[in-house]
Amino acid sequence: MRTGLIAKKLGMTRIFKDDGTHVPVTVLHLDQVQVVSTRTQERDGYTALQLGWGTAKVKNVSKPNKGHFAAAKIEPKAKLVEFRVADDAVLEVGATLSAAHFVVGQKIDVCGTSKGKGFAGAMKRWNFRGLEASHGVSVSHRSHGSTGNRQDPGKTFKNKKMAGHLGDERITTLNLEIAGVDVEKGLLMVKGAVPGGKNGWVLVRDAIKRARHADAPYPAALLGANASVAEAPVEQTNG
Amino acid sequence: MNIIQTYEAEEVARLTALRAVPDFRAGDTLRVMVKVVEGERTRTQAFEGVCIARSNKGLNSNFTVRKISYGEGVERVFPLYAPTIAEIAVIRRGDVRRAKLYYLRGRSGKSARIAERPRDTVAKTETPAAGTPVAGTPVAGTPAAAAE
Repeated sequence: MRTGLIAKKLGMTRIFKDDGTHVPVTVLHLDQVQVVSTRTQERDGYTALQLGWGTAKVKNVSKPNKGHFAAAKIEPKAKLVEFRVADDAVLEVGATLSAAHFVVGQKIDVCGTSKGKGFAGAMKRWNFRGLEASHGVSVSHRSHGSTGNRQDPGKTFKNKKMAGHLGDERITTLNLEIAGVDVEKGLLMVKGAVPGGKNGWVLVRDAIKRARHADAPYPAALLGANASVAEAPVEQTNG
Repeated sequence: MNIIQTYEAEEVARLTALRAVPDFRAGDTLRVMVKVVEGERTRTQAFEGVCIARSNKGLNSNFTVRKISYGEGVERVFPLYAPTIAEIAVIRRGDVRRAKLYYLRGRSGKSARIAERPRDTVAKTETPAAGTPVAGTPVAGTPAAAAE
């Protein structure tokens, strides 16, 4: 299992292809995505990489995190996320990941926080049909209707779909397609929409329900190291 | 400019280098040559009519052309920078006082005519602008060549 990447959602645009078709894409930005720390089987009971995105102002970094970044000898990061990886896909602390980690045509899963909709009624939140417009219905045209039975069972069952808070939750969209990669600018173009608003954090992983793309670089694609990418991290794991 | 604006500006430069976009506005009569794929071969098909609306939003710009086909009004919206368009030719400049000519939909025959814009107004407002795509082509060609 390869590591995923943290990205910032910039917004949507389109790609005009030479064959005349055009693809609506979401642009995701990778800015100095570095390995800040690793979790190992012996010490932590699982194997994972902690990645950081971009840079944070030092004044905004908490004291424990300052120490954490100092130990890794890395500039403070705006966002830290852990990704579980296989034992042979562990990377060196300080390695910078590149957008070439994903290849065009590859299927990915994208995880983000959806836009908050506040307290929403049953029609918006659960697609209920509401009550009728006439036939004696008064005031409650958009209400959810009945929520249970009579004296038996005498209660409303748990998880009954009702009005409540909608949105602002973690959403994973499966099997999105990579439509373009710009390594120099650190951009991923994902076909279609991605959960969340602009400037939101998203996590991009290989699609869990598909085999890994044949051209995807195995442990990871790193910036500043080309041919030796495949070799070096493996040695790191052994050492 | 933010990253998306930069990307869109580069794409506009690349696509205008492939096919120039003439200066036109609502009221002008256009002939749009559309590439049509029929099985293996590709041919171009003309769509000629009045431009009744234009939406300028960078890479996502589009324009609407309306024509009367066999007595039936037909409108088609084209993305301005679509590679499926082989050529946009301005046939006639119209003199209108609206940006969107949706009122033409309810009209036909004599009342749906548009007066031709006097030549001197065309020259004054659009000749310098019309020259820019030609002058801009070699400049725009360089990033496109680098991208390819």
